Amino acid sequence: MTEKVLLVDDEEDFIETLGERMRARGMDVSTTTSTKDALKKAEEGSFDAIVLDLMMPEMDGLEVLKILKEKRPELQIILLTGHATLEKGIEAMKLGAMDFVEKPANMDALTEKIRNAQAKKMILVEKQTEEKIKDIIQGKGW
Amino acid sequence: MSCGCDMIGETGLRFYGKMTASMSHEIKNALAIINENAGLLEDFTLMADRGMPIDPGRLKTLAEKVIKQVQRADGIVKTMNRFAHSIDESVKNVELDEVLDFVATLSGRLAFVRGVTLEVESGAIPVTIATRSFFLENLVWLCLDFAMDATGGGKTVGLRAEQTENGARLKLTQLQGLSERTTSAFPGEREIALLDALRAELAINERAAEIVLMLPRDIGQ
Repeated sequence: MTEKVLLVDDEEDFIETLGERMRARGMDVSTTTSTKDALKKAEEGSFDAIVLDLMMPEMDGLEVLKILKEKRPELQIILLTGHATLEKGIEAMKLGAMDFVEKPANMDALTEKIRNAQAKKMILVEKQTEEKIKDIIQGKGW
Repeated sequence: MSCGCDMIGETGLRFYGKMTASMSHEIKNALAIINENAGLLEDFTLMADRGMPIDPGRLKTLAEKVIKQVQRADGIVKTMNRFAHSIDESVKNVELDEVLDFVATLSGRLAFVRGVTLEVESGAIPVTIATRSFFLENLVWLCLDFAMDATGGGKTVGLRAEQTENGARLKLTQLQGLSERTTSAFPGEREIALLDALRAELAINERAAEIVLMLPRDIGQ
């Protein structure tokens, strides 16, 4: 099954090339250099994973992560950064990030994390659907 | 961080840490792009092994991207090196336009992330003073850090050096949001310690939307 991924980083050359390599590995990849656009895209599309740079103009990566997780808790977000610190990593995980990767990233490791993200998301979506059905059944009093 | 060091020492270490962290982040970004381009090149060779022809135009583009990032990283390393050497001499002659340009370069990424443009307005006549260059860079950065939150809607900080009768004046201009910012906490104890060490004075002019630093021509040894 094709993994649907959104890459968010202000370094255009980086996401262009990374995106091309991921597409060559069969993934469906969208890219953006703007956090505002990323929020819009995440709202509109159902991504299996969002790979998000921590330090971005307009909005801090942790802020974006918080908004995304509030709106769509099932989203699997992998933070990618040039300056990983332990504190930031812990904060990101507390806010619901799936993982934290330091640049330059290893393609095989990143691909593996994206596949895990897809599997996690599927379980969460299935659970949400089950709960919805349960609510409907209980609400109707059948 | 509290280590019992004096205020200037601690402020200097914080400044050094902040700038080197920002520059190393930028180098990592350049390396990440080089890494992806090398990876793409590897992907192409694997595809070529399976019989897919390689487009020479694509190879040329990849090489250009790598060269561009190597030049970018080289520029950052040169800036880091110059920054490290600014502690070599305690007092030296400095050209203020160069100091402003240098602090703007050091702070470039931090300003970009905050959506602020830094504009160094070079004067017609170079202004040279004898001062403690690292302390001056530190003080200009602290003023800039404050000023970047006081730009109002303009999102630009102008930096200018001017000669005065007794020395020089550094101005941080276009701060239309100064009146909206609490100026009671600025200058704080860090800025005051550096102002003392540089025998300088700081004035906030809300009407002119400026922060002005007055510096002596020669600080002495």
